[in-house]
Amino acid sequence: MNLIELMKQPWPWYVAGPLIGLTVPMLLLLGNKTFGISSSLRHVCAACIPSKIPYFSYDWKKEVWNLFFVGWVLLGGVIVAAFLSNPDPIAVHPKLQTELAQYGITHFESLVPVDVFSWPQLLTARGLIIMIGGGFLVGFGTRYAGGCTSGHAIMGLSNLQWPSLVATICFMAGGFIMANLILPFLLNL
Amino acid sequence: MSADTQKNIQTLHTDFEVRSENAMCVNNSELDQPLTHNIKYAIAGILFGIILVKAEVVSWFRIQEMFRLQSFHMYGVIGSAVVVGMISVWIIKKFKIKSIEGEEIKIEPKQFNKGQIYGGLMFGLGWAITGACPGPLFAQIGTGATVIVVTLLSAIAGTWVYGRFREKLPH
Repeated sequence: MNLIELMKQPWPWYVAGPLIGLTVPMLLLLGNKTFGISSSLRHVCAACIPSKIPYFSYDWKKEVWNLFFVGWVLLGGVIVAAFLSNPDPIAVHPKLQTELAQYGITHFESLVPVDVFSWPQLLTARGLIIMIGGGFLVGFGTRYAGGCTSGHAIMGLSNLQWPSLVATICFMAGGFIMANLILPFLLNL
Repeated sequence: MSADTQKNIQTLHTDFEVRSENAMCVNNSELDQPLTHNIKYAIAGILFGIILVKAEVVSWFRIQEMFRLQSFHMYGVIGSAVVVGMISVWIIKKFKIKSIEGEEIKIEPKQFNKGQIYGGLMFGLGWAITGACPGPLFAQIGTGATVIVVTLLSAIAGTWVYGRFREKLPH
């Protein structure tokens, strides 16, 4: 198997995790920047939605590096789709497959299930709540918490910050509650 | 901006990812670099995006498995990322390594506020619904799931609503 073939396979955690961890020193060394992605959403608000809200009244141009970073994360996705995509369906745990089948989720070809996340699904109650409601919670929650998985769980814990540990525990708690108690109800809509 | 609102922001400073609460520099470089300097962050972003997608961290299925304890994958990714990050930060502090621009590297400590609990729980709920944190939202769009643009716009709206009602929320 040549290198490209190998890279097309899903990367195991012990390869991807350390590489993600290296983003922390990379950004610090490149220009004294702390790793954190969700603040980009705040910069977009500050840049695109004119208002007198104090939270968005700052010089976003000084943080433009963050927009470059996230904007090109998108291009990273394009590159994988074009050159490095895995030809096989996503491997999904059999128990999860059985559970998802009850909700009509049977397509495992793409990283996000097309049975829920697609333009036509936006016209259904289920799709609307999941895509719009979920996105709203992500945007509101990350700013309320002052960071997301990158800013708190990875950057904050790397710097041994206990408030980040509190935030990370709450991320996980919220996720467990949603996935096990609320999402089954939403997916049944 | 009036002196009052400025004072308000300073007493209620909760967002340590941003250095630029007006006069209050929270973090990061003090240098003002031309726009072209951002190319290095673009390259870092591409690499980060490729890793996110190839590790399937951006996959809704992997996130569901994580929150159902059906797979070790996500725990391995986040856990090993944190360990590597900790060692890196320790080395940078220990040897007082400077950035390539010659600046001393400073990482602002995070202060606790209740937002980390309430906001954290809310983000956790959203993470399990969308299967994506903010970084993966961008990467998912890149892989061709164009409808995620809607989710991203909704996340931006959520951020704006937080900013709008921030003073009324418990912190």
